[in-house]
Amino acid sequence: MNATLAGRAADPTIELQPTRPDDIQAFVRRQPDGAWALDLMVEGAHCGACISRIERTLRRHPGVQAARLNLSTRRLHVAWQGAREDGAALHAAVEELGYPAVAFDPERLEADGAAGQQDLLRCVGVAGFAAANVMILSIAVWSGHALDMGPGTRGLLHWLSALIALPAVAYAGRPFFTSAWRALRARTTNMDVPISVGVTLACAMSLSETIRHGPYAYFDSAVTLLFFLLIGRYLDSRARGHARAAIERLMLLRAARVTVLEPHGGQTVMAADQVRPGAIILVAPGERIGVDGRIVSGTSSLDNSLVSGESLPAAVEPGDRVYAGTLNLDSALRIETLAVGEATLLSEIGRLMELAEQRRGRYVALADRVSRYYAPVVHFLALLTFLVWTFQVGVIWQIGLLHAVAVLIITCPCALGLAVPAVQVIASGRLLRQGVLLKSPTALERLAAVDTVVFDKTGTLTAGRPELVDRDRVPEAALELAAAMAMSSKHVLARGLVAACPDVAALDGVREIPGRGLVLATPEGEVRLGQRDWALEGLAEVGATPDGPALPEIWLARPGQPPQVFRFEDRLREDALATVRALKDRGFRVELLSGDRPEVTAKVAGQLGIAHWRAGVGPTAKTVHLQALGRDGRHVLMVGDGLNDAPALAAAHVSASPSTAADISQTAADVVFQGQRLGAVLELLAVAQKAERLVRQNMVLSIGYNVLAVPLAMIGLVTPLIAAVTMSSSSLLVVGNALRLARPSR
Amino acid sequence: MSIIGFLIPIALFLGGLGVIAFIWCVRSNQYEDLEGAAWRILEDEDEPPGQGPGRGGRGG
Repeated sequence: MNATLAGRAADPTIELQPTRPDDIQAFVRRQPDGAWALDLMVEGAHCGACISRIERTLRRHPGVQAARLNLSTRRLHVAWQGAREDGAALHAAVEELGYPAVAFDPERLEADGAAGQQDLLRCVGVAGFAAANVMILSIAVWSGHALDMGPGTRGLLHWLSALIALPAVAYAGRPFFTSAWRALRARTTNMDVPISVGVTLACAMSLSETIRHGPYAYFDSAVTLLFFLLIGRYLDSRARGHARAAIERLMLLRAARVTVLEPHGGQTVMAADQVRPGAIILVAPGERIGVDGRIVSGTSSLDNSLVSGESLPAAVEPGDRVYAGTLNLDSALRIETLAVGEATLLSEIGRLMELAEQRRGRYVALADRVSRYYAPVVHFLALLTFLVWTFQVGVIWQIGLLHAVAVLIITCPCALGLAVPAVQVIASGRLLRQGVLLKSPTALERLAAVDTVVFDKTGTLTAGRPELVDRDRVPEAALELAAAMAMSSKHVLARGLVAACPDVAALDGVREIPGRGLVLATPEGEVRLGQRDWALEGLAEVGATPDGPALPEIWLARPGQPPQVFRFEDRLREDALATVRALKDRGFRVELLSGDRPEVTAKVAGQLGIAHWRAGVGPTAKTVHLQALGRDGRHVLMVGDGLNDAPALAAAHVSASPSTAADISQTAADVVFQGQRLGAVLELLAVAQKAERLVRQNMVLSIGYNVLAVPLAMIGLVTPLIAAVTMSSSSLLVVGNALRLARPSR
Repeated sequence: MSIIGFLIPIALFLGGLGVIAFIWCVRSNQYEDLEGAAWRILEDEDEPPGQGPGRGGRGG
């Protein structure tokens, strides 16, 4: 856990890192046929036009043999003859079209996910084939009971059924058998235990009936059951696979690298987790710091918002401690990497997360909880049936066993096994269409119990980037000049300026003075844009800061004109107020936990009408607070985005992150939502509650079916025909009920 | 009744062909990109031969 955490956590970058040509080369592979191949993760491709634009552009390059974009996974595969170096050009061609693309190693990403899904699909195919054919033979047998089929013909049909069903069950039942075996070895039980027992016994008994030329064989029930359950399981894993692929993509797009300065000159670029303590790293302005360390040379200001939640940049100088995940704003820094040991902030966060995750790992899915009671009851009833028939009624023991197995077959949790996955698949599909990705399989169940929503401030309730305040009161000429100068800087406030006036052209000759601002030499004199004290230096007329709360500001000083101030504010997300209000209307307790200063937090809490808020809370304090809420019996949904939120996200009953979050937060969160809307949280809670209702209804339906069918089976009235009809109809009923979730909510 | 001696083997053989075809589809990644295929049919330009999803290994 710790090793992967360090690797992941060390590169939390919100902006897309510009990909360097040498980075691309590392991912070019040689194919067996001698051609070069490169795999890219492409963001922003949504339709057929995107496919043909990208593929055609690439195919026009000389030497390109194949270019294929998979729209489901957004992965692009290119193969070409010629030089290895062409990879960079091909990558650039995709980016020029306006699609950010990142190279990746397909071997590393293709973990068990895709292979497991294909295997499941093959099982579905085999079980479907067997179910259809055995059913045809069974219908012949059933008709034979009513008419006058001879025992010879019936025996032949039974043997044929066995021939089809037994290999099919052995093949298609593997997912259930292995899972049941794992559970039993860990001395627990899950849904797959009664399924495996039921299917195995049904097959064994039917085979012995066939050998003894008996009238009843349940091969059709066994394979149909497997077929239904496999469909549910395949859809479930496909929905989860979609979400996983989307998250992988988001994380890849943010992978960052660290530039290490070699002691004898020269530099190497490497992944953050490979940097050794003591190494000196170079962090350019606009880059995120990849390690914990101490500044050796350079002064700059840092955006700590990801780590502490603090929204104002902080000035740093040689000797200061800096933490991974902070963004260097003004000028290049040389940083000595400190021990990556237990003392770093990152490992502290990692430890907290691990603790919290262990606690939550104990959550048991509803279906498995039900089956803990279900399996013993069912197996007891079967035993009872056998004993009563054999010793009370006095039939031969084979008949007693036959009735006992009929009980097992009829109670085999077909409907129960479908009740939960069917609802979950439809719910996660509905959420996926709105950009909400469910990462954890039990997230929906846990969301349904939520009664308290805790928000982080910066980047969650707010957009996480400064916007120009009072744009209307700023003279247009001053804004245009300032924005044109700001184009040359990566400072967050400069970006805010450019965002307010995006259509200007960048000016030539702008110099950046580290830690101060930007200078432009003009015939009339120097134009300065930056810190107040520096920009207004030596000016006769000193502008006054407007009244109001302290906000980040930059000043523009032009020769012969009054200075102009630009003030910035981290604005609330557009629907933050509506979302908080709607949450309160629905009876949720809403809280705000922020690492930012009290006055800023108070203002946001006031604007949103959040009564319970706390400011200046670090990662540990957040976790402690959430645990206290948990002890009070509250089920907390934590919504947060920063590194400092990661342990809290893991500690909450269930957690969500916006997709702009630092990737360690996305790893910790159960749910990731894309886009600018916070309203996704509302939708999430609504769908979860509706899903929970449907799951409970489905449970009642399938238990009701058992209450009707089990007595019939116990008194020996269930023939294979009745078993097939009741099992299929209860499954269809449950799936039909789940489909109601697909309708838009009223 | 001897007709079923022919019919059942024929039925099983044909069904078996179906299963084999299905498994081949899964193996050759025909189910990898269900979304993209729906859009590709609208493209006028023919793909150069030999560019099915099966090629290019696992990257597609």
